[in-house]
Amino acid sequence: MIREITIGQYYQTDSVLHRLDPRVKLIFVILYIVSIFLYRKPLPFLLAALFLALCVGLSKVPFSYIVRGLKAVVVLMLFTAVFNLFLTPGETLVAWGGLKITKEGALIAAFMAARLVLLIISSSLMTLTTTPTQLTDAMEKLLWPLQKIHLPVHEVAMMMSIALRFIPILLEETDKIMKAQMARGADFESGNLLRRLKAMVPILVPLFISAFRRANDLAMAMEARCYQGGEGRTKMKPLRYKGADTVAYLILMVYLAAVIAVGKLT
Amino acid sequence: MSIIIDHLTHEYETGTAMAVKAISDVSLQIPDGQFVGLIGHTGSGKSSLIQHLNGLLKPTSGTVYVGGEDIFDKDYDKKKLRSRVGLVFQYPEHQLFEADVFTDVCFGPKNLGLEQKEVELRAYDALKKVGLEDDAFYVSPFDLSGGQKRRVAIAGVLAMKPEVLILDEPTAGLDPAGREEILGLIAGMQKETGMTIILVSHSMEDVANYVDRIIVMNKGSVMLDGSPKEVFSHVEQLEEAGLAAPEACYIMRDLQKAGFDLPGDVTRIEEAADAILNVFGSGV
Repeated sequence: MIREITIGQYYQTDSVLHRLDPRVKLIFVILYIVSIFLYRKPLPFLLAALFLALCVGLSKVPFSYIVRGLKAVVVLMLFTAVFNLFLTPGETLVAWGGLKITKEGALIAAFMAARLVLLIISSSLMTLTTTPTQLTDAMEKLLWPLQKIHLPVHEVAMMMSIALRFIPILLEETDKIMKAQMARGADFESGNLLRRLKAMVPILVPLFISAFRRANDLAMAMEARCYQGGEGRTKMKPLRYKGADTVAYLILMVYLAAVIAVGKLT
Repeated sequence: MSIIIDHLTHEYETGTAMAVKAISDVSLQIPDGQFVGLIGHTGSGKSSLIQHLNGLLKPTSGTVYVGGEDIFDKDYDKKKLRSRVGLVFQYPEHQLFEADVFTDVCFGPKNLGLEQKEVELRAYDALKKVGLEDDAFYVSPFDLSGGQKRRVAIAGVLAMKPEVLILDEPTAGLDPAGREEILGLIAGMQKETGMTIILVSHSMEDVANYVDRIIVMNKGSVMLDGSPKEVFSHVEQLEEAGLAAPEACYIMRDLQKAGFDLPGDVTRIEEAADAILNVFGSGV
């Protein structure tokens, strides 16, 4: 059950997207997300969707695998869609008791849903094609200038990579604890909200304890190897831009220009 | 309670590039009251196999019958199954969560919907069975020693009064005294109650000393199945699967090669000592 969550997971395969410099992918996703929020018109959306479809195709990650990650946020999507649908003032399309659906509401709901889908697919595409280590390396490199204003960039990046590394470990741990408690007859699926929340206690207590234990072990292991932060550290695999990365940046520029052009013209 | 595993196959991550067959077409029959040792290298599928036996994992194909009933049938009551087949996971002390030992052991029977009195009786019984002293009943489980914690966790499953008990590496991470204690406890319980026990282990010594039958898993299938003496006579095959025979087997084999007339089917240290004394001891 818990294995179904694919957001933030890495999908091992060899594709153009996997080989790109992580900095490219990070900037790509940020600008792509900006691009889908620039206009509220159908044509730029269509362009964005087509572009993303192309990227998904290039990534060699099975589409069904990406869609599985969407399932987790379906509730959020429905929530925003329903609220927009009913609560936007404007020209009434359907009235039903106290509720009414307006033309503006329907449009906003559709746009919001489309945006969320694109947003989630694009960001999970990045994590599916980039290992957490690459991602934090990219972040460290991109944020490096901020060190001038005494921001502990290396430490922040290290914290991030540890946090990311702990996600699968804790998921696995949760799965194990859940199974162990189910073997003792625990029931997580029936009863009202309060009962279900109470049923979480036998999972959460052991999970917290194990998280602390692991954090403690990790801190000990790092200290035993004399780890002491960013000053003077070198990398085993330093990030270097290659030809493909330049091409990717160019494609990104062309895409952004196209979105802005289409948005302004229609 | 007998268990029949019928052409069981389980695949993880079906439909992705990471699809792995954890278990492929395993069929086994475990009669009532047998003490079985399940051994195999890490990733051989033994943990996945035992999780099917109380319905925590659903098979990709095939099924399991417990006491003659198909446990993956839609109408089969999973709660009843979990009270019949008790599963003690690896490092079970990591699942303790209550403020005191006694309440934690009550968790299982309480989930079965029993009356408070019966719940407490069973918890008391289980804690006695695992040999915990009375003055440790009301302390926090986190203040106990490693071996004690493990005994409390095993009591948590015993309190559900299962007819089949499955233990996944119950001695992992314990010191030799702790291992002996836990294994002695399990063996004693088996003799006393005649319950079916499946012991998953890495340690050949552990299983050789206690079980009636050994099942060896390799790459998701059953590689060897028989009495300890039978299984440990296939040393080469065991080594191929990343396992080994008990030390006593190696000593006996080397002595045989050196030309001494010793029996070939010795698996326990005590037996080996007797056999060696028989040959060398006559002159002493």
